Amino acid sequence: MIRLWFKSGSPWIWLTAAAVSACLIMVLGVLSLVTIRGLGHFWPANVARIDYQEPGGQQQTIIGEIVDTSSTPAIMARSAGYKMADGETDLLQYQLKTGNRDLTGADFRWIQARHIKQQDYPENLTVIERREWGNFYGEPIAVKEEGKTIATGAAALAIALDKMAEAKLLIDEIKQLEKNEIGKINYAIDHLRLQQKKLELENRWDAAAQQQLAAEKAVYETSYKALQDKLAGLYAQTKRSSLVMKTESGVEADIPFFKIVRIYQPNTMSVLAKLSHYFSKVGEFLADDPREANTEGGIFPAIFGTIVMVLMMSVIVTPFGVIAAVYLREYAKQGFTTRLIRIAVNNLAGVPSVVYGVFGLGFFVYILGGNIDRLFFPEYAPAPVFGTPGLLWASITLALLTLPVVIVSTEEGLARIPSAIREGSLALGATKFETLWQTVLPMASPAMMTGLILAVARAAGEVAPLMLVGVVKLAPALPLDGNAPFLHLDRKFMHLGFHIYDVGFQSPNVEAARPLVYATSLLLVLVIVALNLAAIVIRNNLREKYRALEG
Amino acid sequence: MTTNENRTHAINMNSIMGFRQKPEDSPEMCIKVDGLNLFYGEKQALHNINMEMPKQKVTAFIGPSGCGKSTLLRCINRMNDLVDCVRIEGQILLEDQNIYDKSVNVAALRRRVGMVFQKPNPFPKSIFENVAYGLRIQGINDKRTLAETVENALRGAALWDEMKDRLNDNALGMSGGQQQRLVIARAIAIEPEVLLLDEPASALDPISTLKIEELINELKEKYTIVIVTHNMQQAARVSDYTAFMYMGELVEMGLTGELFTNPKKKHTEDYITGRYG
Repeated sequence: MIRLWFKSGSPWIWLTAAAVSACLIMVLGVLSLVTIRGLGHFWPANVARIDYQEPGGQQQTIIGEIVDTSSTPAIMARSAGYKMADGETDLLQYQLKTGNRDLTGADFRWIQARHIKQQDYPENLTVIERREWGNFYGEPIAVKEEGKTIATGAAALAIALDKMAEAKLLIDEIKQLEKNEIGKINYAIDHLRLQQKKLELENRWDAAAQQQLAAEKAVYETSYKALQDKLAGLYAQTKRSSLVMKTESGVEADIPFFKIVRIYQPNTMSVLAKLSHYFSKVGEFLADDPREANTEGGIFPAIFGTIVMVLMMSVIVTPFGVIAAVYLREYAKQGFTTRLIRIAVNNLAGVPSVVYGVFGLGFFVYILGGNIDRLFFPEYAPAPVFGTPGLLWASITLALLTLPVVIVSTEEGLARIPSAIREGSLALGATKFETLWQTVLPMASPAMMTGLILAVARAAGEVAPLMLVGVVKLAPALPLDGNAPFLHLDRKFMHLGFHIYDVGFQSPNVEAARPLVYATSLLLVLVIVALNLAAIVIRNNLREKYRALEG
Repeated sequence: MTTNENRTHAINMNSIMGFRQKPEDSPEMCIKVDGLNLFYGEKQALHNINMEMPKQKVTAFIGPSGCGKSTLLRCINRMNDLVDCVRIEGQILLEDQNIYDKSVNVAALRRRVGMVFQKPNPFPKSIFENVAYGLRIQGINDKRTLAETVENALRGAALWDEMKDRLNDNALGMSGGQQQRLVIARAIAIEPEVLLLDEPASALDPISTLKIEELINELKEKYTIVIVTHNMQQAARVSDYTAFMYMGELVEMGLTGELFTNPKKKHTEDYITGRYG
C-alpha cells in the first residue's frame, strides 16, 4: 500500500509543494512582521494614567503609552528575584513609554500589572512631540509670551496650537535661510578661499588677483552679515513664547514653541483624526531629515542616498559589463583562456562583499582618490576631496561587486540570439561590428536588463562595503543640491541599509528607535521593489520589441 | 565501410570521365568554382569541386542531406568564414575575380552576392526597416531614396500589394511565406549580382512555396540565382541548370531537362529515380 503510494509519485508532489510553501511562508512572515511593527509605530496610541504602588513603596501616578506586554511564568519570575504569591501563575508586565526624558532620564519603564491600583485615560493628557529630548507627556497649564501668561487651563491648548503653527513658519524660514542662502554664501566664500590658495600655489597671487578676490569676498560678506542679522532676529522671535506643561508628578516644565513639532491629545482623537495624524507622521518619515541621532523625524536623506547610489552604480556597471560580455562572447577566441576568465568572473560573484569594501577603500579611495587630489585639487590640502570615502567610490565599488552578474546575463543573452539573425545581417554586407550594433545588441538588451535587475537588487541591499567607502550615519548635505556642479560625487551620503544598522544597534536610545528599524526595513524593501519594477517594466517593453524568432 | 567504398567509387567515376562537368551550350558565365576543397578541421567536406554557373540563369544544387550542397553555396559569399576551423583550398571566381583573394573586402563581396536562408530570418524591426537595413548599413539615410528602394524591392518580391499599408508593423508578425519573401526583398534591395537561395521553401507550406518559385522565375531576369534544394520537383520546375552532388563531390552537372531525363551517371540516375537519398 505504502509502496504503491510512493510509486504513484504523490510524496514527491507533497515534498515539492511543501518546499514552495515554506519559502512563501518565510517571505510573507518577514514582510508582515516588518510591515506590522514598522507601520504601527506611527499610530497615535492612547495615553494611560496609572496609579501604581509597589509593595513597601510609595503610591505614584505614571502616565504613558503602553507599548509592550510580557508575561513570565511564576517559576521563572521567582528565580529572577520577583516575589510571587502562591496562587499567581504568571507575572504580567507592561512596558510604558513615559517620555519626559529631560526630567526622568529615561523614555521607557516596565511596570508590573499586579501593582496597578487604578488605570484610566483622561481626556486632557497631552502628548508633545519635541525636536529634542523625545516626547513630553502631561497636561497643558498655560501659554507664556515674553514672560507673561496669556492663557491658562482649557483655553491654553487652542492658543498653543496657533502659536505652534506660527513657530513652524519661523522655523521654516530659519531653515531656508541657514540651509539655502547662508549655505550658498558659505559655499561661495569657501570657493574663494580655495581660489586664493590655488593662485598662491601657482605663484599668481598678485595685486590684481588679490584686489579682485577681496572685492568678491566683500560682496559676499555684506550679504552674509545681512542674513546673519535677519537670522538673529528670527531666533529672538522664536524664544518669545512657550508652553507650560505639568507632569504627572506635578513638576512644571517650560517648553518653547519652536521646539515643538506636534501637540495632540490622543485620548480625545477620533479614528479619523488619528488616521490623519498617522499619515502626517508617515509623510514626515518619508520626507524629512532625521532628528535626535536618527531616532526621530524622517529618513529622506537615506532614501535619496540609496537611490542616487544605485542609479550611479547602474550607470557605471552596465556599459562595463556589456562591453566585457561582448568581447568574451563575440570577439575572443573561445578556448582555455576564455574559460578561465569565465570561471574567474563567476567566482568574483562569490567574494564576500566586505572584501570589496576593503578593496574600494584601499585602492579607489586611498590610491586613486589620493592621487586625484594631489593632481587636481592641491588647493584643498590637507582636506581630502576624492581621497576620502564618498558617493563616487561607493558607486564604483558596488559596480565592481555587481559586474559579474551583468557580464554573465549579457553573455547568456548574446548566446541566445539565433545565428540566423547574425548571418542575415552579414549576408546583407554588414560588418561584424555593424551586425552587433544594429541587431545583436538591441536583441540582447532584455538580457542586459535582467543582469541590471539582479545587480540593483544586490547593490541596494548591500551595507558592509558601503560602511568603508562612503556611507555615514548623518550626512550634512545631500549629494545633489543647487550649488554647481549640482551632483557632488565626493560627498558622503546616507543609506537605508546602514541606517537600519545604525538606528537599531548604534543608537543611544535603542528602545525608542526599534520601531524605526522595522519601518526603515520596510522602506528599504519597497525601494528595492520599486527600482526592480522599473527595470522589469523596461525589460518587458524591450522583450516585446525584440521578441526573438520562434520556431 | 560502405561510405568509404562509395566515396572511392565516386572519385573513380570523376577521374575516369576526366572532364569538367559543363553545361552543354555556352552561355556567359558568372561564377567559376576552381578546384575547391573544404575541410571542417580534419574532415574534408568538399572534394575538388569544379563548376561554372551561367549569368542570369537559375542553377540548382541537388543531392542527399549532408552531401555538401549548402556548404558549397555558402562558399560563394564566404559565409563559411564565420565557422571556426574551416579551411578552404582552391578558388571561386566571381566575374573573373577570386573572392578568396586577400584583397577582397568580405562585406563588399556579400553586397554583390546576396543570400536567403532556409528559415526566414527577418530582424525584429518594422517591415520597412528590414528592407532598408542593407541600405542603412551602406550609409544611405535619405528618406526618398529609402522609400523608393523599399517599394521597388517589395514589388520585386511580390509583397508590395500585401504590405504597403503595414510597412511600420513588426516583421515578426508576418506569416512564414511572407517573411521569406520579405527576406528576399531585403536581399534584392541592395541590388546584388548573385542571389544564393539555401532551401528557401523547405520551411513553407505548398502555397507559399509556389509563390517563392514564381518569384524565382521573375528574379532570374535580373539576377544570377543559385538555389539549393532537396526537392527534385522544385529543382526541375525552377532551374535552368542542375548540379547533382554526392558525398562532397560534384557528380554531374547539366541542363536541367537533360539531367533529369537522361543522366549520364548511374549515381545521378539512382538518386533521381529515388533509389536512395
